[in-house]
Formats: sequence, structure tokens, C-alpha cells
Amino acid sequence: MSTIHADPTTDLALAIGGRSFRSRLMVGTGKYRNNDQMVRAIEASGAEIVTVAVRRVDLDRSKDEGILYHLSPAQYFLLANTAGCYTADEAVRYARLAREAGFNEFVKLEVIGDRETLLPDTEGLLAAARELVADGFKVLAYTNDDLITALRLEDAGCAAVMPLASPIGSGLGLLNPYGIRTIKRRLAVPVIVDAGVGTASDACLTMEQGVDGILMNTALAEARDPVAMASAMRLAVEAGRLAFLGGRMPRREVAMPSTPSSGMLE
Amino acid sequence: MTELEIMLNGEPRRLPGPATASDLLHHLGLDPRTVVVELNRKIVRRPHLDETALADGDAVELVHFVGGG
Repeated sequence: MSTIHADPTTDLALAIGGRSFRSRLMVGTGKYRNNDQMVRAIEASGAEIVTVAVRRVDLDRSKDEGILYHLSPAQYFLLANTAGCYTADEAVRYARLAREAGFNEFVKLEVIGDRETLLPDTEGLLAAARELVADGFKVLAYTNDDLITALRLEDAGCAAVMPLASPIGSGLGLLNPYGIRTIKRRLAVPVIVDAGVGTASDACLTMEQGVDGILMNTALAEARDPVAMASAMRLAVEAGRLAFLGGRMPRREVAMPSTPSSGMLE
Repeated sequence: MTELEIMLNGEPRRLPGPATASDLLHHLGLDPRTVVVELNRKIVRRPHLDETALADGDAVELVHFVGGG
């Protein structure tokens, strides 16, 4: 790693699986009140990587428009997820269908282990990651805040590891800063925090841990004003990144005057 | 003209036969550029849609990208 300058224009670009990205904020496309709002929020977020899901075409509705009617693959890097998959086989099947749609070989791999918490099934996740890496995929693996699983995902050849801040859609913010920091410190591949960020301060605090980026969806889609929140998130991610690069002052248990204590009148 | 009965996205469906995967998409008014076809659990690559014949009892899945996180 070369010298890091606390300047957004000289910060190293985010490189994942051989591709370079300017924005460290990635956004999802689910749960928006309408497509117009989604498009405007994504624009305001400044995100380049935008996640999408694979589902059956609804054959009963005459006007079932896929997401591609609203987002241009020329403008955004579409990252397909395997959300809703509960086994490795199912996730691999979805990943292959997504790749066939023809945009890229990247996949945000999710293998969910529990319906209430949507926490990952780490055993299934590792199995699916190995199979997809062997099949030529660039795997970005959604995982929990456990270092050992993160290390195994890296060993499996994942292009990025995506530990959660807190459960998907919970908006509880960063529950385990230590765990996330440790994963970032120990892994060589990019660490993108995925899920759980609720508002701008959560995003800033998460980026201050030194992670490479954040992926969020519900925090924007369920905000009262998603476009305003998307702008806030863009700024928060940049602020947190710069604060990390700038290096925070040490914490002290006692005060230390900012003003010279010498030169006082007798 | 014969008829085919296939399982389409989990539902039984009759269509005029003989038919290829391309014919099915055309019949449904779907744009092959935005839909991925899976036939009996195997992906039909886009260049092969025209030459992939459907048979009675085939399980066909048609998927596309929707919003998601």
C-alpha cells in the first residue's frame, strides 16, 4: 500500500475483481415506492454499483417491467444478488441465471440461514463461493461479522467480503465496529459492509472503521425522502472515508487545553 | 398443428407446437434480450434460443432482473 493522502481526488480507487470504481457507496434497487424515486435516489447517491435480483417474469401481468427498463446497464454496473436463496445449490443456480443475463461475471452471493434474522448460512455460503469461483465468477460474499468466516471466504477466492453492519433491513447501524475493523485489518481483498446501515451517521461511522465501501438499500428506499437520504449517504461515505484516511486523534480520559496555557497574566 | 403442454414458471401451460424457446418468448411478447430461459434446469444460451425445441412436459423458467438489495 502506497502513501495514503487524505484527499478524495488522490484516494486510491476501489478495485474489486480487477475492476475499478470511483464511488465507495453501492446501492440496492428494492422496496422503493416507485421507479422514478428509485432512479433519482440512485443518481443522488453517486453509486456506480447497483444491485439487482433475479426473479421469475410475472406472466399474468401485462405490464411487468423488469428493472432494466429503468436502469441502464451502460450507466451502472449491475451486481446481481442471490437474495432469498437458502441453500448453496439454489444460490449457484441464481448466480448462473444472472450471469446469463449478460452484464458481468460478478455476483453478490447470499445464502441465508434463518428467516427471522436473514443471517447468513456460513457453511452454505462457503460451499457456494467455492463452486462459483471455480466457475469463473467474481464473488462478493455477504457474511456476518465473524473473522474466521471472512478469512475462509477470502481463501475460497472471493473478490470481496461483505460483512453486515446489522441484519438486512434492520437499520440498526454498526453493531460490532471491532469485528468489522478486525476483518478489514486481516483481509487483503476489499471489505464492503453490506446491510444494516440506517442513516448517514451509521454510514460515516462504518467508513471510519477503514472498510472499502458500503452497500445499502432499505436506508434509502424507506427514508421519508430517499433522494435527500441518498445525498446524505454519499456525503457520509465520503466523510467517513476521509476521516479514516485523515486519522482520528487519540481518545483521552482527561481534557487537554487547545489554547496555550503559557503567557497568562500574572 | 399440435399442442404442447409445458410447466412454465411453475404453472402448466399449453402452447401451439412445435415450438422453440424463441417461439415461446415471442408468443408471450417477451424481449429475449431481457429474459433468461432455463429449460429443465439448464440455461438456454441466447444464441441457441432459435434452435432449442420444446417438448411436452418440459419445465421452463423465465427470469429477469427485478429490484433487490
